Amino acid sequence: MSHDTPDDVRTSVRAWLEANWDPQSDLITWRNKLADSGWGMPHWPPEWFGRGLPVSFNAVIESEFDRINAVGVARIGIRTLAAATLLEHGSEAQKAQFLRAILTGEDTWCQLFSEPGSGSDLAGATTRADFDGERWIVNGQKVWTTSAHHADWGLLLARTDWDAPKHEGLSFFVVDMTQSAVDVQALKQMNGHSSFNQVFFTDATVESGNLLGAVGDGWKVAMTTLAHERRGADALRRWGQLSDHRGLIYDEERAEISTVMEPYKWYAQRTGRVDLVLPRARETGRIDDPVVRQEIAKLLMLNSAAQWTAERAKAAQATGGPQGPEGSLGKLASSLIARAAADVHTRIGGTDAMLCGNDGAADGLIAEILLSVPATSIAGGTDEIQRNIIAERVLGMPKEPRMDGGPFRDVPRNPTRS
Amino acid sequence: MEFGFSNEQHQFRAALKRFLDDHSSPAQVRRAMVSDQGFDRTVWRTACEDLGVAGIRIPEHYGGAGFGYVELGIALEEMGRALCCAPFFSSTVMAVEVLLAAGVEQYRELLLPSIASGRAIATVAIAEAGGDWDPATVTMTADTSAAGVILSGSKHFVPDGSAADVILVVAREPGSAGLEGLALYLADADSDGLTREDLTMLDPTRRMARLGFDHVRAERISEPGGAGLALSRALDHAAIALANEMVGGCQVLLDAVVEYAKLRMQFGRVIGSFQAIKHKCADMLLDVEHAKSAAYRAAASIDANDPQVTQFASLAKATASDAYMRTAAEAIQIHGGIGFTWDHDTHLWFKRAKSSQVFLGSPDWHRERYLQAVEIEAVA
Repeated sequence: MSHDTPDDVRTSVRAWLEANWDPQSDLITWRNKLADSGWGMPHWPPEWFGRGLPVSFNAVIESEFDRINAVGVARIGIRTLAAATLLEHGSEAQKAQFLRAILTGEDTWCQLFSEPGSGSDLAGATTRADFDGERWIVNGQKVWTTSAHHADWGLLLARTDWDAPKHEGLSFFVVDMTQSAVDVQALKQMNGHSSFNQVFFTDATVESGNLLGAVGDGWKVAMTTLAHERRGADALRRWGQLSDHRGLIYDEERAEISTVMEPYKWYAQRTGRVDLVLPRARETGRIDDPVVRQEIAKLLMLNSAAQWTAERAKAAQATGGPQGPEGSLGKLASSLIARAAADVHTRIGGTDAMLCGNDGAADGLIAEILLSVPATSIAGGTDEIQRNIIAERVLGMPKEPRMDGGPFRDVPRNPTRS
Repeated sequence: MEFGFSNEQHQFRAALKRFLDDHSSPAQVRRAMVSDQGFDRTVWRTACEDLGVAGIRIPEHYGGAGFGYVELGIALEEMGRALCCAPFFSSTVMAVEVLLAAGVEQYRELLLPSIASGRAIATVAIAEAGGDWDPATVTMTADTSAAGVILSGSKHFVPDGSAADVILVVAREPGSAGLEGLALYLADADSDGLTREDLTMLDPTRRMARLGFDHVRAERISEPGGAGLALSRALDHAAIALANEMVGGCQVLLDAVVEYAKLRMQFGRVIGSFQAIKHKCADMLLDVEHAKSAAYRAAASIDANDPQVTQFASLAKATASDAYMRTAAEAIQIHGGIGFTWDHDTHLWFKRAKSSQVFLGSPDWHRERYLQAVEIEAVA
């Protein structure tokens, strides 16, 4: 059957779902069937659980799933980044080994990039992988690892050549997170939540077949993962919502989503919660203070201007303009908005800003905002890095002279903990 | 709401830009700003005849081009970029908006065709000694006891008040207050009892005058006493126009300073390679983009008859004012010593930024007005 138009696709997926969707099935059985049909990831290649359709058809296909409340393949969490990276750089054997269990949701994944000594400068990783003639032996420490405590597999960026320049001495591995040489410890944040982990490798092993791409290609492969991470934020919002349908398959899906979303439960507070500003100002009577009113107006104006700027960037892309560094403008704006909102919440709360928990304003929610906002201007690339990207790639300004050329062995770096 | 410009709109912008590159270079601006009336009449006539700039938003049946506010915004942005000295804002924007909003048909037919062709320069006299553009604060009263209308008092900050042929005056019925009892009056520029005195402007590229009315005969050209809301709407439109003009100035300052930072050498490298400078420029770009989005969105809201025009007007005016002022201050800072000299051009835009910041209402005033509009919307 031809799939030239969204209507053709709608007809096909509807027919397949009508013949195959079974709400009485268990999650894994259903997803295996779905993966084999290609309708779970229709924009993937036909030989790997897809149908080779344009991404633009996905909305139509999803609407058919939604119409009958059919459950999709596992599409949230770091596993989606793993899948994208494997599809682009994995060998046939690696795809065969990992992709199916990603789609069924049987395997969970984590991303092992950041280190205590390399945050913004990700390519300065010093976790090492040495080949002993048979397997890779990994030693070092990773940090800010979401989901590491329940992950089956990890995407690992490690240094394999200390004499090569910084970006050329890295390699990319799939590491078994269940081995005892991998020690995962929770990392507690300043807002009291523990959404991330530190991961310690002490002579951990990676099978030689689990090198992704060639030795020395690690940076290039990691760039693929990061590009998908940036694109994935929207999907996370959409697919993070829990359904209220009854039945085993829905219970299993809800459990999966809750596990993946657990670290993100305070994420809304990182934005500064602009939506709460007016209600809180009315509730407290601070809406009548002319100084507070000025600050509220500034915040709401900034928020609208940033939204419209994002829409303008989207419209420019739709007419063929390039995608890219505009995202940095949006990210920088989010930081400014979050900080301004935290400031306004403090003005509204007054002395109550000293309190948190049950004593705090709005049952501690305001305190959680104040203590979560600092993450916004750091996570996913600091404001300073965003400003560099904007200046260099949008305004065409020259890069700062670098001090990290030559063999990585000789590059000045942070001391590593032993 | 469409967030892009059409091909026709891009072409319109390009044609204007070519004209302004030829006729409003910084050297030409410097000559015009110290001339008798503050602009070059020949250039203005050419712009009206060749490009029809004076009639952009005037409907076709009054002799204009009948374009929307988005097109007017494009023209304003280019004028602001070139710092064009012309009676564009006074005549083409303020007088036309006030006439379209509050003028009765007979006077629209009388006045708009000559404004559209550029034969007449019109302006609006609203603000008084306090420098307030809220029509509700107008105190000048129109004496209607004799035959005809007699205006007495003074009006301040009247753009192109000395050069204008047609003066539209906002005054109130005796005993009225607030937005009640306001009407629009037409005074001839050479009326007996009218004195016009150019103010010494911080920004010499936008001339304003103080007008004294000593028993000046005038005609009422709006419905009696009911023009308050229409005038407020016209001033919303003018604020949106000003925001669009400001973003043109913002962009030219940013472009110039980035260019300079790529050339200027200190400590053996171009200063644009220092993060201290790059980060400033990145912040400026964010400011300018936000101001553009606000100005474009507000202009489009007029064409779409959006009920939020007042809210968007104040948002755009406050956002663009702050962005322009910050951009101008940083542009001088990054240029360093040369930026503080008279011969360097940046101060021309700095002065326009400062005067635009307070013209038609300060950012603080607009923020308060915006929040009131948001609160009303939240209740509705």
